[in-house]
Amino acid sequence: MQAVISGLLMGLIYALIASGLSLIFGLMEIVNFAHGEHLMLAMFSSFWLWALLGLDPIVSIPITILILAVCGIATHYFLIRYILKAKMLVQICATFGLAIFIRSFAQFLWTPDFRNVADPMLSGRIEFAGIFIGQPQFTAAIVCLFAFIGLYWFVTKTETGLALQATSQDRQAAEVLGVPSNKMFALGWGLGLGCVAIAGSMMSSYFYIFPDVGINFSLFAFVAVALGGFGSILGCLYAGIIIGLVESLGGLLIDPSFKLLYVFAIYLLVVVFKPQGMFGRY
Amino acid sequence: MSDLNLAKQEPVFNTNKSMVYVLFGFLGFLILFPVLSPGQFLLHLMIMIFMHAVISQSWNIIGGFSGQISLGHGAFFGIGAYASSFFYVEFGLTPWIGIIIGILICAVIAILVGIPMLRLSGHYFAIATLLVGISFQIIFQRWDLVGAASGLWIPLTSEDSYYAMQFHSSKTPYYYLFLIFFVIIFFITWLISRSKLGYRLRAVRDDAQAAQSLGIDVAKHKIIAFAISAMMMAPMGSLFAQYILIVDPDRMFNFEISIIALLISVLGGIGYVWGPLVGTIILIPLAEYARIFFGGTGGAVDLMVYGIVLMIICVFKPSGIISLLPNHILHREKKR
Repeated sequence: MQAVISGLLMGLIYALIASGLSLIFGLMEIVNFAHGEHLMLAMFSSFWLWALLGLDPIVSIPITILILAVCGIATHYFLIRYILKAKMLVQICATFGLAIFIRSFAQFLWTPDFRNVADPMLSGRIEFAGIFIGQPQFTAAIVCLFAFIGLYWFVTKTETGLALQATSQDRQAAEVLGVPSNKMFALGWGLGLGCVAIAGSMMSSYFYIFPDVGINFSLFAFVAVALGGFGSILGCLYAGIIIGLVESLGGLLIDPSFKLLYVFAIYLLVVVFKPQGMFGRY
Repeated sequence: MSDLNLAKQEPVFNTNKSMVYVLFGFLGFLILFPVLSPGQFLLHLMIMIFMHAVISQSWNIIGGFSGQISLGHGAFFGIGAYASSFFYVEFGLTPWIGIIIGILICAVIAILVGIPMLRLSGHYFAIATLLVGISFQIIFQRWDLVGAASGLWIPLTSEDSYYAMQFHSSKTPYYYLFLIFFVIIFFITWLISRSKLGYRLRAVRDDAQAAQSLGIDVAKHKIIAFAISAMMMAPMGSLFAQYILIVDPDRMFNFEISIIALLISVLGGIGYVWGPLVGTIILIPLAEYARIFFGGTGGAVDLMVYGIVLMIICVFKPSGIISLLPNHILHREKKR
């Protein structure tokens, strides 16, 4: 039961990270292979805001969101804009190159040391019916869930969100109707990395922060997106929770050091038997 | 120019007489190179160039010819390294046979892994290979039989030995070993690129549906390409293991190998037989010198350079540096 709860809590965070990836993919059919690295940047930004200005990761969420959104829009204007019409191979290589660059640049600037936010505002744990839940983990999951609902509401209910969807369905038709696709792409990157920023700053309260931290998260996010179906935001929620559960239950029942392999097995099973994912359009 | 023409003439460096002379001259130079008694560093640089040229050629087979992007190709490098070293350390079997065993193991693994994975395409395949690469590293880090996280230490012989494939007095024998594999593998690739198999692979890459409708078994050809590609990777792992004489999971399954394999091909020119060579000649000296220049910063500088180069190439010249060559060298056949 303990494992189920902690898997669920972790799954909600994966869901938010994956929905950022899915949003970007749905919009322009580019997989952001640097997604985990952006998450790492978010964690470092909330770490430095704490280390230099004394802001708690919870307090600095808006600043981190702003930083990451700017980062996303910059990624779009300096890199993605040029490869929109390129072959898929080129697109993969470009975002992959970005990932390598960000990761090694972080290593160059901040060394590969493990850091953590000492004495965060959220700490300790709560007990509920015999189950212990770390308070930061719990809050992180709740915040991620709300952020996810907010994102879903934004994309499906507001006018801008509908414009986003229109662009992802048919770029040309949307342009004809007066939706500037370039702006929408930039918005998509801003939003997608905004999600990552929330997840990253929530996690920096209780996770070690180091340049390679993003790799596992980006792998899980890829799997979640493929499970849920590329481009489906709702699918990410289910897929994220499934992955969280598989990870913690597999770790409990078999051997925790092979976590990634269980998730990988799930990925292969789903993708081979149902290539479009659970809710996919593609 | 119709698409059909493009497909026909695109990837092959055509061989007319002058080209053959240039190639043989180049080869002769490489064979005589150690006679000029270059320093140990230059020999090391050449060995690294041969090794990376083959690694990226291996990637080029699956990524360039058949168009499937593998982000975890380093796995086969590591398996090759472990295969030859394991049999030498445990049973005293000479690495010469170990290399062959490594090649066979890699082929089997590639086929087993490839059967489910190559039904995927595009992003799904790329993500799956990324997972495979990391999974193998995790498995080898935990596998006690092959030394788990500390890896295998190849026992040193007291003097140079062809049986143990260890040469302590000079790097020259290593140079020739790498050179032999380099020549053989480039020759095989050249043969493949001109063979029916090569044309079929490119057909699969350019339009899988059209290829299928012409009677090409798409899945089978992808698996063949994957297996060939893995078999090229394996001996490089074995030789590299003999070169540094330590086999540990962090070095042999290093993510950097997968990155370099892809980067060099993209830099040189994807789908061209000589693309990986061009890419290697440019990138490896750059990386080695960058490492010397900024040494001691955790080794991240060369990775930074790789990332930047990869992005720049993708934005400005996705077809690679080789496409900067004048058209009549690239597509000689067109003139006839």
